[in-house]
Amino acid sequence: MDYEGPIQDLITELGRLPGIGPKSAQRLAFHLLTVDATDARRLADAITSVKERVRFCEVCFNVSEGPRCRVCRDERRSDEVLCVVEEPRDVVAIERTGEFRGRYHVLGGAISPLDGIGPAQLRVKELLARLSDGAVTEVVIATNTSIEGEATASYLSRQLQPLGVRLTRLAAGLPVGGDLEYADEVTLGRAFAGRTQL
Amino acid sequence: MHVERLELIDFRSYHHAVVDLQPGPQVLVGPNGVGKTNVLEALHVLAAGGSHRVGGDEALVREGAQEAVLRAWTRDREGRGQEVSLALRPGGRNVARVDGAGVPRLRDALGRVRVVLFAPEDLALVRGDPADRRRFLDQLLAQRRPAYHAARQEFERALRQRNALLRQQRLGDPAAQAGLPTWTEAVATTGARLVAARLLACHALADPFAARAAELAGGAPGATPGLAYRLSTDRVEVADGGVQEVDPQGLARELAEGMRERAEEERERATTLVGPHRDELRIDLDGRPARSHASQGEAWTLALALRLAAREVLEEVGEEPVVLLDDVFSELDDGRRARLAAWCGRAEQVVVTAAVEGDVPLGGPRLLVRPGEVQASTGPDEHREARGEGDHGDPGQKERP
Ligand SMILES: [Zn+2]
Repeated sequence: MDYEGPIQDLITELGRLPGIGPKSAQRLAFHLLTVDATDARRLADAITSVKERVRFCEVCFNVSEGPRCRVCRDERRSDEVLCVVEEPRDVVAIERTGEFRGRYHVLGGAISPLDGIGPAQLRVKELLARLSDGAVTEVVIATNTSIEGEATASYLSRQLQPLGVRLTRLAAGLPVGGDLEYADEVTLGRAFAGRTQL
Repeated sequence: MHVERLELIDFRSYHHAVVDLQPGPQVLVGPNGVGKTNVLEALHVLAAGGSHRVGGDEALVREGAQEAVLRAWTRDREGRGQEVSLALRPGGRNVARVDGAGVPRLRDALGRVRVVLFAPEDLALVRGDPADRRRFLDQLLAQRRPAYHAARQEFERALRQRNALLRQQRLGDPAAQAGLPTWTEAVATTGARLVAARLLACHALADPFAARAAELAGGAPGATPGLAYRLSTDRVEVADGGVQEVDPQGLARELAEGMRERAEEERERATTLVGPHRDELRIDLDGRPARSHASQGEAWTLALALRLAAREVLEEVGEEPVVLLDDVFSELDDGRRARLAAWCGRAEQVVVTAAVEGDVPLGGPRLLVRPGEVQASTGPDEHREARGEGDHGDPGQKERP
């Protein structure tokens, strides 16, 4: 049976979030019903402003508050090495290692025919455009070690090979099938330092 | 290793049952349909994470209960005890514990209880489809090499992705064609890992299979049994106990080449036609498929020999598995019965089920199975246990619920 009015609306909306089942949605909704009005408003504001103020960096497609993200604005970083990742959260994971001083390119996912995602749905065209002026000498492919991440890496290496740029992949040692964000800093840092040429 | 005690809570027909087991042979006796097989099934679930009879877990949980709990107390060859438990929660996540502590992944708990189960359905190993024999190899490898399960999941994921792409290609999506080499490579690489593991298992089975088949046949002159692995590329590798290594990279190249050769056909049928999902473990008699050429007696010998050989392969690493024989003796002629019994006498632990006690030429305790409970044979039945080996009791004496 459904609840009536706003509480059911809230349960429905929460239930549409990834990883939230109907039971969790119900628990969260009734929890929110009991919190202070100010706490509830803070959460609502955070949700609204994330949509209003956060956008994707026009250069690398990382999340950003302005037209260009923090990494792209940082003049101390090298323009010669470009690290290709699936999602903005992977940028955060790699930044935490402190091993990388180049720039990023966020694909926006990995190739997955089952989900209808092919190269055209990813920012591959934009990547090729960034590489066209020859300033980048090394591309580090840091997609996840899942089947889809590996397939994306293999697709990219096929596409980038003709450009003559040095292609590298994070060294073995990362958990297979895993997301970069779940690898601990030391492991990920080591994988970064020991990246191998494709 | 052997299992000292097994506890079933809300598993199949059992509310709560505790079964005490001993090293060596023992027989669960009771009429058909009272739940003897469920006890063996419970041990199989603890060993392999799932039933040998049904795919899902729903059927394993007693009607009206939320979850089933299985718990086994084991003792290894050095005398160390361990408690392994598994809560089956259909629709939720199954939870495993080792010595009372939760383990992060289910597979960390699996393989601690080791079993080899033989059931009447196993005749399908010889008579059934290639899929039945593939499942046999996959289940053996899941116990023998813990990494195999993960490798299989990776392959299946890659296969589903490639098939999705082939379907998009058939629908006329021009981008699908360009994406195919990537997924061909993924299927070839992940598939080759499975093929390599299966080939090694097949080679390892060769000698014990031949030895057990000869032993069960009792030296009667007959056709020579053999094993072979036929790849989806139509190449056949005859099982050879001397082979210790296979080359996964070579296999990956072979699979990728096979997919390129059959590109046309794959495009038409929109499915991947090359890979371990299309391979077959072949059981031969004098080089001909036993599936069609074995007599009923020979088929039983071969199926049983394959299971017994699997036990020897499992034993190569770690602990000796418990042998579970579900109502098998009644299927065999007298000679095979006696020879199987002789083999069982050498195993660390054997649990046998039988409807008719006289069918089992094995000593050891008798456990009476009634609906919902398993009882050590005591009281009025004690004298029967005391009589021991060689006297198999009178089936007419058996208690009925
Ligand atoms: Zn940026």
